[in-house]
Amino acid sequence: MSGASALPGGPGTVGAAMPVLRERGQRAVFCGLTSIVWLHRKVQDAFFLVVGSRTCAHLLQSAAGVMIFAEPRFATAIIEERDLAGLADANEELDRVVERLVARRPEIRLLFLVGSCPSEVIKLDLARAAARLSQRLSPAVRVLHYSGSGIETTFTQGEDACLAALVPEMPATTDRSLLVIGALAEVVEDQMRRLLTALGIGPLHFLPPRRAQDLAAVGPNTRFLLAQPFLGDAVRALEARGARRIPAPFPLGAEGTTLWLRAAAEAWGIGPARFREVTAMAERRAREGLLRIRDRLAGQRVFFFPDSQLEVPLARFLSRELGMVPLEVGTPYLHREHLAEELALLPAGTPLSEGQHLERQLDRCRAARPDLTVCGLGLANPLEAEGLATKWSIELVFTPIQGYEQAADLASLFARPLVRRDRLAV
Amino acid sequence: MRLAVWTYEGPPHIGAMRVATAMQGVHYVLHAPQGDTYADLLFTMIERRGERPPVTYTTFEARDLGGDTAALLRAALHEACERHQPQVLLVGASCTAELIQDDPGGLARRMGLPVPVIPLELPAYQRRENWGAAETFYQLVRACAGPPGPRPPRPAGAPPRCNLLGPTALGFRHRDDLLEVRALLAGLGIAVNVVAPLGATPADLARLPEADFNVVLYPEVAEPAARWLERSFGQPALRVVPIGVGATQDFLAEAARLAGLPPPAPAAAASRLPWYSRSVDSTYLTGKRVFLFGDATHAIAAARVATEELGFEVVGLGSYSREFAREVRAAAAQYGVEPLVTDDYLEVEARIAELQPELILGTQMERHIAKRLGIPCTVISAPVHVQDFPARHSPQMGHEGANVLFDSWVHPLMMGLEEHLLAMFREDTEFNDAAPPSHLGHAAAAPPPPDLAAWGAEAERELQKVPFFVRGKARRNTERFARERGIVTITVETLYDAKAHFAR
Repeated sequence: MSGASALPGGPGTVGAAMPVLRERGQRAVFCGLTSIVWLHRKVQDAFFLVVGSRTCAHLLQSAAGVMIFAEPRFATAIIEERDLAGLADANEELDRVVERLVARRPEIRLLFLVGSCPSEVIKLDLARAAARLSQRLSPAVRVLHYSGSGIETTFTQGEDACLAALVPEMPATTDRSLLVIGALAEVVEDQMRRLLTALGIGPLHFLPPRRAQDLAAVGPNTRFLLAQPFLGDAVRALEARGARRIPAPFPLGAEGTTLWLRAAAEAWGIGPARFREVTAMAERRAREGLLRIRDRLAGQRVFFFPDSQLEVPLARFLSRELGMVPLEVGTPYLHREHLAEELALLPAGTPLSEGQHLERQLDRCRAARPDLTVCGLGLANPLEAEGLATKWSIELVFTPIQGYEQAADLASLFARPLVRRDRLAV
Repeated sequence: MRLAVWTYEGPPHIGAMRVATAMQGVHYVLHAPQGDTYADLLFTMIERRGERPPVTYTTFEARDLGGDTAALLRAALHEACERHQPQVLLVGASCTAELIQDDPGGLARRMGLPVPVIPLELPAYQRRENWGAAETFYQLVRACAGPPGPRPPRPAGAPPRCNLLGPTALGFRHRDDLLEVRALLAGLGIAVNVVAPLGATPADLARLPEADFNVVLYPEVAEPAARWLERSFGQPALRVVPIGVGATQDFLAEAARLAGLPPPAPAAAASRLPWYSRSVDSTYLTGKRVFLFGDATHAIAAARVATEELGFEVVGLGSYSREFAREVRAAAAQYGVEPLVTDDYLEVEARIAELQPELILGTQMERHIAKRLGIPCTVISAPVHVQDFPARHSPQMGHEGANVLFDSWVHPLMMGLEEHLLAMFREDTEFNDAAPPSHLGHAAAAPPPPDLAAWGAEAERELQKVPFFVRGKARRNTERFARERGIVTITVETLYDAKAHFAR
């Protein structure tokens, strides 16, 4: 693994100077548009209109296709030759498409115009379009914009851009409150709400909210916790509103969830005794659930291809709570500040890589022969055909995996490919 | 600009990928941003291919745009040649790269690469997937088949030969159709010279002119190449697509004619469809109102089968294949219906809602519509879904294909009939919603054990958040867990304790 060097072990020594294998070359990742697939389910009165090409529409359909039988709350305004040749005014065309959409879906309260590679390259000004359409459709529909383009964002960064676009819409307040940012499954959100409320932390809000009009207020006394590791822009936008981040690892696994909750508890001045009282039972339950799965995973070597930016917290969970050995933790982008607590918990010497040169990474993976490879949908079956067990990573963003009650579910996602191989005699 | 909820076809470079992936020894360098790499999953997940498609993406980013995206392209071209050692290199751009005008094809040609380069110009803002596949296949055939001229004479004593043109990767039942068509031709004593693009190498394409005629199996992909071969080598094309009993007979007759063989005797009982259709229990199929939509080839072929071989009434016929609009209109006129040539899913939905057919024969997109409107539906055409690559042999073409059509079109109607009967006898004491399935006997109807714990309101609400398809299991497991521990009221904690207990 030339170029990748060992991490200095222990907390405190990890910093901006941490050596990481940085690669450039062909990537095999989704673009930011893909996050629409879960965002449109999360915010129930929002609609996502991609302004892009047939490729964008095809991507969304291919990534989401099998999961959606109702009409989705997303669509694509496909740019055509006429728009490019200047025969049609792109802005007028966009207005027409939006009007047709709003007429068809009167329940829409919030419309996102989502920029794509082609709309960025032709410099279609979606900010102005959003302002114009917002005014025209006010007060029924609010129109915002962000970019999910693949020349600027990968996969989960689309959610980051979307949340960052929501921040300026949040009302101002000087009240003290806790904000949890990052889309979580409702069942996870409810569990977190129960725990945090039981700890006496509040008022408590989530971003994104389930309904667009329930957007929380924000201000200098807002503290926020990240539920997802890929939210750099959203964090900057919140900090610009005066809110302050509570540094913490991510709520994956029993340990991660405890540390995440504890960070909030400490910020609220809640003592250790009270904290144990509220969290002990659920944590014990999570650890018990993990115990059985640990038998199959302990000692197994795992290799991560870059995908969702969840790789570092996942590697921490797999190594510390399940005894797995990370061979390479690839991530599309390593946010050193937001991952500082995570990196400190990773076993010393865990090889990290950032960015991608697909062929070289495949060579490393084949040479290492990991017991489990975490990778995207394009690579999973080819690697299986080469005899490598894989876990396709997109499931990690569609499945509830955060929190105590999901810890065993998360572990099972990694154990199942191995258990399956144990069972199959064909 | 067009509003698209779903699309029937991908962009044209997806068509090029279908051709490249189908062939051996071909590599495709695609100038494209990173997001376009999603296309790999179509092949590895939907078609379950065990290899990555032979595509190198340049995956340029915003920061490259100010600098030198062409340098990136050159590096990708060198690397692709070195690593994959292709016999032919396809070079092109996806929608975004088309806008930055790096001219990938021209650039690759000027680089003096150690392998023949075929530049692909696939206008992403005008054309779509099937056009892209057809254009790519045509360019490959032109480049590999050698200069136009007279066909080489057939060796003495050799059987007549034909090429099978059109099957690609990610094709709707192409794999299975091919076996059927090979069997049909073998029955006539006609040899298959080359199948392309599926499984062919560039060297195989060079042998195309040796055949006596070309079979255009999938006109959406093969028509331009077949026309060029006809012009260049005087190879006639067989354009009957053998979907259905009648069309299969026509195909055999036409193949024999082109091969210079005597007309084949109609094969009795080659397919079960005719008898199944005549057997009395099919009487209820008479006049069923059917709506057809798909690529032009499958939709038009299905219309003939529906009317002549199943006794349905065609109430609507349409296609997203704009390149074959003329053929679709002609067929629609024949059945006395208004043709629908569109790739606007919303328009198709509106037409179906208006016509209220009893059966939809369409694509995966129409399945969404059918589900919403409660109409039985069978898929007869791409766009494909993982279900369209069944493990079993399931062709659309030839004798076995006709059997498959009968089964797959009639089954959803039978399911509809069963549902109707269920509704009719809803009040029957033994046969109602609440009664357990009769095959489970009376045990299943036993009352719950008396010591069953009661669900607290909050726990019940939490249970509702469990996805519906595992909710029953979660409920049973929790109740068992509670019973074993003598818990009287199930709380949220009990629910999660049970979940942890049963986790594995």
